[in-house]
Amino acid sequence: MSAAPVIVRLPDALLALFPGAPRRLEIAAATVGEAIEGLDRRWPGMRDRLCDSTPAIRRHINVFVEGERATLETRIQPGAEVFVLTAISGGRPPADGRA
Amino acid sequence: MTQKVFILVGTKKGAFIFESEPGRRAWAQRGPYCETWPLNHMVGDAASGAIYAGGGNEWFGPAVWKSTDLGRTWTHSSEGLAYEAGEQPIKSVWSLAPRNGSLYAGVEPAGLFRSDDGGQSWSHVAGLREHPSRPHWQPGGGGLILHSLVRHPTDDHQIWVGISAAGVFYTADGGATWQPRNQGTRADFLPEGERYPEMGQCVHCLVMAPGKSERLYQQNHCGMYRSDDGGERWESIEAGLPSSFGFPAAAHPYDPETLYLLPLNGDSSGRYVPEAKAAVWRTRDGGATWRALRKGLPQENVYFGVLRQAMATDRLEPAGVYFGTNTGMLFASADEGESWSRVAEYLPPILSVETLVAEA
Repeated sequence: MSAAPVIVRLPDALLALFPGAPRRLEIAAATVGEAIEGLDRRWPGMRDRLCDSTPAIRRHINVFVEGERATLETRIQPGAEVFVLTAISGGRPPADGRA
Repeated sequence: MTQKVFILVGTKKGAFIFESEPGRRAWAQRGPYCETWPLNHMVGDAASGAIYAGGGNEWFGPAVWKSTDLGRTWTHSSEGLAYEAGEQPIKSVWSLAPRNGSLYAGVEPAGLFRSDDGGQSWSHVAGLREHPSRPHWQPGGGGLILHSLVRHPTDDHQIWVGISAAGVFYTADGGATWQPRNQGTRADFLPEGERYPEMGQCVHCLVMAPGKSERLYQQNHCGMYRSDDGGERWESIEAGLPSSFGFPAAAHPYDPETLYLLPLNGDSSGRYVPEAKAAVWRTRDGGATWRALRKGLPQENVYFGVLRQAMATDRLEPAGVYFGTNTGMLFASADEGESWSRVAEYLPPILSVETLVAEA
């Protein structure tokens, strides 16, 4: 059985990296991980921007499902909204100590 | 189409490009590019004309950006630029080296990747991290980074890398096996009697002399060195310099005896230019003697530093020399360092400076 559509909202800083990607879209997914796989199929490379190789959602990316911070395994109810956000903590460039 | 020279500047907040005629009297500035990502290294591939910029964004992770129109438009990719699941993820790209159609990238935490499709996809050169010394690699102040990538001019199987603070490693088989190449370089941060280990030195910058592939130079956290046997044995060439500490080294484009350094006042003294006066130091005899080049550089109340990848030469005649500061100033010399002018003064902190000469 294929997964039902959910609504995914993407942050502007991510859209700048993938010209043509919309702020809001529907995608068939039962978990956050499936939603990100769906994004990656449509915009190759998007998974790498949102997830690291652990694999896990990147440290300074927040994904919220029904108001709760989610992981890749978090289940999504049909029609629910998934918010992908850049965390305030991620705006800091790397440390300058380059010894 | 006329020949142009480009200064490629990677900063904490994006890529900038400066463009001039071969006379290099005036520079036009463009940027920032690459969505203001921190970019540790930006290089031009003279053969293809492509420009690559490697870095890492705190939100979106590591990537290599590419432009095939001299910086006007960019794409990015990190396909395959990852360690095995469960390992510490890659944080940032630190060094790039294009040659003969392939492109290598050094990353943090230290490791090496290769691309054969112009940076679109990457494969791990796993042999380096399989070296038995890897559990003992210690991060320097900038992290455990592979920051120096030196490729043999004609033999694609030979590569030297500099890792802070693991030292210099060399492969003759394209990366399958590696040997430490640190004999003769000092580690002042270790106990007395243990200061010349096989590996663990804090190499800051490694470069190869032009036309003389067995001649390497390195600026180390603890001294300045030359090797005449591909790094098997290093000898100190710091006598005559104002400090044994600094980050960048830049080889002359066609004279193997000429090298440029920018010494800083010491690792615990502020890491700015000695006596608060800016100078590039040049040797014309392989490090036997040094001369300070100051004409046109500020000589009063100067508290900037220059990071490890932020000095470069171009391949014009006479050679140009360039450096960018951690305070966002860019300086250029069109006469081998004899005189200098300020090209930009309000950039973000400069992480890398390279040049490209191309038809445009």
